[in-house]
Amino acid sequence: MKQFLSFVRKEFYHVFRDRKTLLMLFGLPIVQILLFGFALTNEVKNAKIVVCDYAKDQASQQIINSLEAGGQFEVQENLLSHREIEKAFRKENVKLAIVFPANFNRDLLHLNEAQIQIIADASDPNSANALTNYATAIIMDYQQELMHSRKIPYTIVTETRMLYNPELKGATNFVPGVMALVLMLICVMMTAVSIVREKETGTMEILLVSPFNPLLVILSKAVPYLFLSLINLTVILLLSVTLLELPINGSLFLLFAESTLLIITALSLGLLISNVAKSQQTAMLISLMGLMLPTMLFTGFMFPIENMPYPLQLLSNIVPSKWYYIIVKSIMIKGLGFSAIWKETLILAGMTCFFLIVSIQKFKIRLI
Amino acid sequence: MEKEIVIKTDKLTKRFGDFIATNEITFEVYAGEIFGFLGANGAGKTTAMKMLCGLSKPSSGSATIAGFDVYKQTESIKKNIGYMSQKFSLYEDLTVLENIRFFGGIYGLSDKQLKKKSEELIEVLGMEAEVKKLVGSLPLGWKQKLAFSVAILHDPKIVFLDEPTGGVDPVIRRQFWDLIYSASGKGITIFVTTHYMDEAEYCNRISMMVDGVMKALDSPANLKQQHLASTMNEVFFELARGAKRKGD
Repeated sequence: MKQFLSFVRKEFYHVFRDRKTLLMLFGLPIVQILLFGFALTNEVKNAKIVVCDYAKDQASQQIINSLEAGGQFEVQENLLSHREIEKAFRKENVKLAIVFPANFNRDLLHLNEAQIQIIADASDPNSANALTNYATAIIMDYQQELMHSRKIPYTIVTETRMLYNPELKGATNFVPGVMALVLMLICVMMTAVSIVREKETGTMEILLVSPFNPLLVILSKAVPYLFLSLINLTVILLLSVTLLELPINGSLFLLFAESTLLIITALSLGLLISNVAKSQQTAMLISLMGLMLPTMLFTGFMFPIENMPYPLQLLSNIVPSKWYYIIVKSIMIKGLGFSAIWKETLILAGMTCFFLIVSIQKFKIRLI
Repeated sequence: MEKEIVIKTDKLTKRFGDFIATNEITFEVYAGEIFGFLGANGAGKTTAMKMLCGLSKPSSGSATIAGFDVYKQTESIKKNIGYMSQKFSLYEDLTVLENIRFFGGIYGLSDKQLKKKSEELIEVLGMEAEVKKLVGSLPLGWKQKLAFSVAILHDPKIVFLDEPTGGVDPVIRRQFWDLIYSASGKGITIFVTTHYMDEAEYCNRISMMVDGVMKALDSPANLKQQHLASTMNEVFFELARGAKRKGD
């Protein structure tokens, strides 16, 4: 045990002496969260919208007026037909189109129900979401007013269409995505590099000649990175809760437990890479190239996996962060418990076992 | 008086496929001896040494190190040997003291022993002023002396040195050998590989490897006499003349 502690202490020295790496370790997630935080600002001001008013009656005019009055929207022009909407989206910086059908006021007064269509440019899913919410709220206000004055249950049904990105992946998706990315990259790369460094400098031979158990070498290398990753995770969560006002609806303990599982997966993957790589550069390159891109592509937080060709969808299943991402979203956003994510947890655990078995086998072979 | 044998090998062989790196070497090393293990590059020195340290499993033959079998008792062997590789092998981003503490720590030395040992070691090396400096900032000669001292920190029976003095000047090499003599004086057996023939003269006995085979084994004086040579250099050329393997 004392031997183990000496080793862990040594690993911490390595980490803290290497200022640049340390800066990257903690800087990377903070920068990413801040970047995403500002890029995904939910504040809506003077968003340009177009109106396609087939009705041109009192009700539609009143709604258009109240849309403009709030300061959130700036009505660019009144289009004549539906077909021009798409054109407006493409050419101008228009975020939203609102379509009033003909006879809007009459439907409202006589049938007590009228429809409005809201079309949003959802290629920026967050602002699309925020804008439609605002617009819907303003229309609902109007409806309330109407009901109040006439005591008849009028309903205006808003039909929302999200163009380009019907699933509206966005804001809440980035934080779990960044968590997955940061944990994967840091843990895999750091473990791989630190083991390969021992091989490169010749200290690994010394360790293998010593009575220190080779498996403990791996374990003691894992401890500091597990520790640092958990701190990192805490920082990310704090930032996203305070800055991005993201909720943590589920159990925090479960979230950390699942994150620890991913960290262990990443550590064992790093170990596997360290067996293959001969130099620190190779280890770093394999970790970056082999992980950064698949993680970005196949986790699902940047590009929806459902929209990918089928073979790529299949491929995405072997990316550990994909499963972690589903788990985090379920816990954080949906507030679900373990019963909802046991399958994903099992898959991650299975991957970890696989990586560990393969790499320890290889590690042992190296000793002979 | 019967000399205590600390290393004993019998037809120790290592094959890599068709290539026989070390071919049936048989020798004994006595306690407290400085045993030189010489040979050209690629002669099989490092392979032989790795088998003796338990880093590499022999293909055939037998060997005991400090009385322990290289096949079955590698863990016991590891506790009784020290090792210094040809690559300088301390942690450059740790200070002198941290390195000493770490290596003492993984050999299971107690805090009390460690404190005493590290004070002794630093005094012998005269490195009081450098204790808190990073090892990476020290000159190579100092690093090597430190690496040797760390390798014998746990009082091993045998210490294996794989070309320990590569790349340093003759003065430092002489100082390094002073450390080796003092360790030998304390009863530690020194098993050293080297390229430098002047260093070969410092050894009690030397063996010469050519193409994986042990061609000669005797004291430097006897070897010179047998080969009618005035220096070890000439002995080396005489023996290595027939070598077929190119250096690696």
